[in-house]
Amino acid sequence: MPKRKKKIIVIGGGLTGLSLAMKICERNAEVVIVSYQSLKRSHSVCAQGGINAAIDARNEGDSPENHFYDTIKGGDFLAHQPLVRDMCYQAPAIIHLLDRIGVAFNRTGEGHLEFRRFGGTLYSRTAFAGATTGQQLVYALDEQVRRFQHDGAVKTLEWHEYLGAVLDSQGICRGAVLQDLRTNTVFTLAGDAVVLATGGPGQVYVRSTNSTVNTGAAATMAYLQGARYGNGEFIQIHPTAIPGPDKLRLMSESARGEGGRLWVPRNAGDARPPKSIPDSGRNYFLEEKFPLFGNLVPRDVASREIHDIVYNQNLGIAGEPMVYLDLTHKSKDYLEDRLGGIIDIYKKFTGEDPKDVPMKIFPAVHYSMGGLWTDYETDGNGMIEHGSPRNQATSIPGLYAGGEADYQYHGANRLGANSLLSCIYTGLMMCRGIFTYIENQDKSVDDIPSTTFGDSRNHWESRLNEIKAMKGSENPYQLHRDLGDIMMGNVLIVRENKKLEKTIREIDDIKTRFKDVNCVDSTDWANPTPSFINQLYCMIELSRVITKGALMRDEFRGAHYKPEFDLKQPSKFDPHEYIDYLEKKNYGEVSEDAFPEGHLEYMKRFEANNDNWLKSTIAEYKNNKPEISYEPVDTSIVTPRPRKYD
Amino acid sequence: MNKKIVKLKIKRQDKPDAQTYWQEFTIPYKERLNVIACLQDIQRNPTTQSGESVNPVTWDCNCLEEVCGSCTMLINGKVRQACTALIDSLEQPVLLEPMSKFPVVRDLQVDRSRMFENLKKVKAWVEIDGTHDIGEGPIMSDKVRAQRYALSECMSCGCCLEACPQFSLTNNFMGAATFSQVRLFNLHPSGSMLKEERLDAVMGEGGITDCGNAQVCVEVCPKSIPLTESIADIGRQTTLQTLKNIFVK
Repeated sequence: MPKRKKKIIVIGGGLTGLSLAMKICERNAEVVIVSYQSLKRSHSVCAQGGINAAIDARNEGDSPENHFYDTIKGGDFLAHQPLVRDMCYQAPAIIHLLDRIGVAFNRTGEGHLEFRRFGGTLYSRTAFAGATTGQQLVYALDEQVRRFQHDGAVKTLEWHEYLGAVLDSQGICRGAVLQDLRTNTVFTLAGDAVVLATGGPGQVYVRSTNSTVNTGAAATMAYLQGARYGNGEFIQIHPTAIPGPDKLRLMSESARGEGGRLWVPRNAGDARPPKSIPDSGRNYFLEEKFPLFGNLVPRDVASREIHDIVYNQNLGIAGEPMVYLDLTHKSKDYLEDRLGGIIDIYKKFTGEDPKDVPMKIFPAVHYSMGGLWTDYETDGNGMIEHGSPRNQATSIPGLYAGGEADYQYHGANRLGANSLLSCIYTGLMMCRGIFTYIENQDKSVDDIPSTTFGDSRNHWESRLNEIKAMKGSENPYQLHRDLGDIMMGNVLIVRENKKLEKTIREIDDIKTRFKDVNCVDSTDWANPTPSFINQLYCMIELSRVITKGALMRDEFRGAHYKPEFDLKQPSKFDPHEYIDYLEKKNYGEVSEDAFPEGHLEYMKRFEANNDNWLKSTIAEYKNNKPEISYEPVDTSIVTPRPRKYD
Repeated sequence: MNKKIVKLKIKRQDKPDAQTYWQEFTIPYKERLNVIACLQDIQRNPTTQSGESVNPVTWDCNCLEEVCGSCTMLINGKVRQACTALIDSLEQPVLLEPMSKFPVVRDLQVDRSRMFENLKKVKAWVEIDGTHDIGEGPIMSDKVRAQRYALSECMSCGCCLEACPQFSLTNNFMGAATFSQVRLFNLHPSGSMLKEERLDAVMGEGGITDCGNAQVCVEVCPKSIPLTESIADIGRQTTLQTLKNIFVK
């Protein structure tokens, strides 16, 4: 352990990177934030609806324990329970911190924090700042980081791209290889630890609710360097987005949290304008099917129902793949105050005002529950050991990951308003463990020969030069589109093995075409093309992880829906029956007549399926392809059981 | 059938000190096209209208829904975000130019770091004791929150500075965006503890007194932030501060 200050390199200036940087500064260490662009512009600004914390401000009887249960159930029991529990218990303190640093959260009459409803819960648990909560949180954290920057504690490298980790002879991460996106020079930065807070990979699908920087390239590069990647196939499809040629723009779940209703005309081909269709002519399909949760069923459920209405029942608006999201029954002032941000977006892109006319929306790729495999440690009582160097550590020593780039918090489906929470929670939480890690190193980065860094730099310099020299016939931006089309066509809401097998072959074709890429710009100042081609390479590799994971997982869990493996829950089934069944089983054979007809059989199917599949998918890059294995999930706190929202 | 097309005329510059030049592009029309989608189309087929293969145009963008502020440029002479600039509502050929009040990096990309430096000068943050759990934040009325929220939607896009006759490439005027942030933080109960330092920062060179009151900033703000109100308010706050500096100190 050297006498100098510890030096931590944080890749990414979104919520996770900023929270962590702030925490590191408080502990008097050096931090370098590397960002692809100016810090205020990260993708976290796109989060709209809010951030969850069970403060129970409305006296509904909410508690962190309820928040924990809803999150685990929402994720179809694939999330790591001790971590999720800790996150939910820390959530109120996180909201209070955000409030203290000046986030303009909406407030109650007495001046306390206001909360609203969100999907997958029956409680008002979501704190919000209009409908641009993510933007407001990024700004507040950015301001804190700027404060430390002003005091000289933070160094920022904006307009720099992370290319890979510097690994020493033992495979320990000793720094990062970076590219200056203006001068296009490649250099290495030595650090005691490197953290990937680099967000999700929505660009693998090209058109999604994600920003253009969300290529997942940094996390994929870690995977290509030997890090394990977890649950890649679990991609969240958000039910409500505006279709568009360049992007599918998110229409926040908060629209439904504030009373928005999804519907389609009851009769296919009913061409009347929406406002002139009476209630009797409207099919409020979520409210009808899920009387308890209604429009606020979790996202995986809502997206599947929209898909079913449009493609199986052919009830999309005017035969198009779209349904109405209707807010017109709410007062204009209320909507402007609570949802102004998204109403503006809708107006600007469609020319219609959602206060007057129902919005037309369709599901879109939104979030990756999967990401880099990261570790954690619990104490003897199953609580998170906050000082453990294992927390948020990837399988490459010295390389950490958090936020959307990790994989543990959302299981098979993320609940709305939990992403901002997991981003900030992981950012704040991992700090102590990283310090312990650095203190425990017998050999510091100062003892690593300079050739290790030189070799890494040379490797990347020649890699980018090779790319620049590519003079084939494929335009890389077009090839990216083609990859996106393949993924959109086959690895979305409904997944079928035959199509997935075909997709793997089609991705191989893309990989072959990649070799024939033309680097359409080979200049050496602020040239984004070589860097994009490298990102495209990563996206192709990641699409293989996603697709292979999806092909191999023969079950239906959360966002991963394979109709072939639907266990067909009986309509009157009560999830508590399953707990009852497990208990009865402890005492011996369960008799057929202990449960309503068909239920026992269903429960046996459910149990057998969990034995096979209630596991994390782990992808490792071996022999130039993803090798998939499975490992157990910690379900020690809540017994996994069938989900039900009606 | 007559195929519809979109015509674009783009001002290009290879390097910060290089000569500028114009190039024209034609791309196939699609419904709901915005300027970003056109630029992406040019990336996929970087050929000018006259058939010359060129380097794809470079520009900054990220969120594509007008919350990140990246893709600000001059479109038909007007400063705005390219993502919300829909082709259907633009006259053609669509003229694209980089912002003129910030140094050009390449093509439509500019360096707006001056804006972030100004935020440091005025200490645009709330000073807190630490990130540890010390309970709830200050009580605040929803009315003040609404006022703060409107100011806090500023995405540092720079439209107000581009339009401002006072703000130039070579002077050090802070501009409306910065003054408005001073107001934002002075409105916060704990943020206001740095009020005097912030006001002192905008009372110096390049500060509030340099504002020529042209009022164009508020017209071009994509988030409809009440910038002129902020300028007036900070004007009042600094006047009081001046008196205080004379009589109290």
